[in-house]
Amino acid sequence: MNLHEYQAKRLFAEHGVPIPNGDVASTPAEAREIARELGGKVVVKSQVLIGGRGKAGGIKLANNADEAEAVASQILGMSIKGFQVNKVLIDQQSPGGIDQEIYLAVLIDRAKRRPMVMASAEGGMDIEEVNERSPEKIFRVYIEPALGVRGYQTTYLASAMDLPRELWRDFHKIVAGLYSCFKANDASLTEINPLVITGTGKLMALDGKMSIDDNGLYRQPKLAEMRDVDEETAAEKEARLNGINFIQLDGNIGCMVNGAGLAMATMDVVKKFGEAYNCAPANFLDIGGGAKAEQVATALRLILSDKSVKAVLINIFGGITRGDEVAKGIIEALAQVQTDVPMVVRLAGTNAAEGMAILADSEMETAVTLSDAAQKAVAAAKGAM
Amino acid sequence: MSILVNKNTRLVVQGITGREGTFHSTQMIEYGTNVVAGVTPGKGGQWFSTDNKKVPIFDTVKEAVVATDANAALIFVPARFAVDAIYEAADAGVDLVVCLTEHIPVLDMIACRAYLDTLSVRLIGPNCPGLLTPGEAKVGIIPGSIAIPGNVGVVSKSGTLTYEVIDALTKLGIGQSTCVGIGGDPIAGTNFIDVLALFEEDPATEQIVMIGEIGGNAEEQAAAYIAQHVTKPVTSFIAGRTAPPGKRMGHAGAIVEGKSGTAESKVEALRAAGVRVADNPDDIAKIVAERR
Repeated sequence: MNLHEYQAKRLFAEHGVPIPNGDVASTPAEAREIARELGGKVVVKSQVLIGGRGKAGGIKLANNADEAEAVASQILGMSIKGFQVNKVLIDQQSPGGIDQEIYLAVLIDRAKRRPMVMASAEGGMDIEEVNERSPEKIFRVYIEPALGVRGYQTTYLASAMDLPRELWRDFHKIVAGLYSCFKANDASLTEINPLVITGTGKLMALDGKMSIDDNGLYRQPKLAEMRDVDEETAAEKEARLNGINFIQLDGNIGCMVNGAGLAMATMDVVKKFGEAYNCAPANFLDIGGGAKAEQVATALRLILSDKSVKAVLINIFGGITRGDEVAKGIIEALAQVQTDVPMVVRLAGTNAAEGMAILADSEMETAVTLSDAAQKAVAAAKGAM
Repeated sequence: MSILVNKNTRLVVQGITGREGTFHSTQMIEYGTNVVAGVTPGKGGQWFSTDNKKVPIFDTVKEAVVATDANAALIFVPARFAVDAIYEAADAGVDLVVCLTEHIPVLDMIACRAYLDTLSVRLIGPNCPGLLTPGEAKVGIIPGSIAIPGNVGVVSKSGTLTYEVIDALTKLGIGQSTCVGIGGDPIAGTNFIDVLALFEEDPATEQIVMIGEIGGNAEEQAAAYIAQHVTKPVTSFIAGRTAPPGKRMGHAGAIVEGKSGTAESKVEALRAAGVRVADNPDDIAKIVAERR
């Protein structure tokens, strides 16, 4: 789960990271009032869960409350890469301007199995770009959880980046704060880009990004409430509430599979056979282990709610999941949703024969192997296009 | 021969009285796995019974190990309590801990793995289907019916995709030495390299099938290891070529972040290491058959 900038920065501030004064507005009038309280010189920032806001015109400066209102009315309601802007953050401008932009983040290094602090003096731009162009300008230290962030580690980063020495102590506090924020909130990423040196010579987090490990949300009730439902489509939300892993894509062949690995493999095979005919997977969908008929019915309904779906491929390898349960779910779903979308079913493993018998009366095409199923689904989609 | 589990495995099942624990313990016993004990706190002194076997239940893993000499533990415990169950099994002195549980917070696994590394215990998982040595022992939920004994070692991050491959091998009459599901979480107890090393050492394993997926760089590291240390033929498949970046594909670890963790990078690294990488999982068994 990703947090908005204003949410991330407020959490950073709880751990001692300096952030600009500011507040969130949902209307131009609110933006005006906040800007007035902040003294007029502000930056108005769209709050959407996608990168590239600046380039899309979603971040603008204002010199007084009138301008803030005008700018907020332009930004509120605009669409940035498909995400509608419902809130803007009004922040005080960096005092005295910006002298330098730094990149700072805490994330998990899977290979080293440790949280890692990553820092670069090349802040303010996409860190992936920096990594490609000049990887030697990115510095890393690894945190042993039992020890926390040590002074020598932040001294190394500050020295490697050539930070002014009078800021090293503050820099240590910011790194330690960002790590403690990361740990306390079950984050998988806490990122400040840019961390600036203001014209008045202080370090300040002008931007903030934070991702939370969904598996930790059960013990983070405050964060769970922050989930922005706009981040997911209605279908994705319904799937989540029903324990189904579902991700909407832009293809035309709906896929229903049990198990994440097999679901990915099924998408790959659909693409492989469909590429030449403009056919691609319309979604990733894993019904989970031991799914019952009702869940299968929900899954099928979600797939069919996408009007670009021209054919559906159902691929189930029964282990815990039973073929007959899946078949019952399909019949149940078809009773609920009237559809002309052609379907191809492949059941293998536990109770596959029983499942196939249940489906015998429906007008579904069946397949023995995954390749066979994918080819039939592509052919069906082509026929419907 | 085989790796990690065999007929000498003496298994204690943590969470044996839960719904999943009961169902799969029964299946494991029917398969012939030597399940010697169960653990459910508060139910010590009771028995877990199937048609043909009675297994004593203990309150703690330590008591189970002392009473029954269990040398491996299998965890069917909900995510909130699963890390505790791993620590308990490790401290009780078993050699192998297998954790099937999904949704353990990654920061918990970082601390857990660091602790386990100070002991001489191996963890498989979490978020995995467990292990199967056909004809000897099933420790987990891989369906026993689809496997036959043989000389192909299978290691995978996935569950059902692995069943698919095992089933296809079996249909071609190709048996398996051991099938190991290492799980799809970002931090695992055992990685590809650990299992590749065991298969390389195992005289009964003649070929290796390795099934990876997007996310992290465990497959790239495995490729480097294979190039240096593995003499047996390796056939692979990487799931997730069509996965969009930034989206978690079901498994907590299956995510392309920026330019890291892509299927292309993994396939390229494996091919450079001499591994045959199938474009379609249906081809894996055929490639293995060709290479016999």
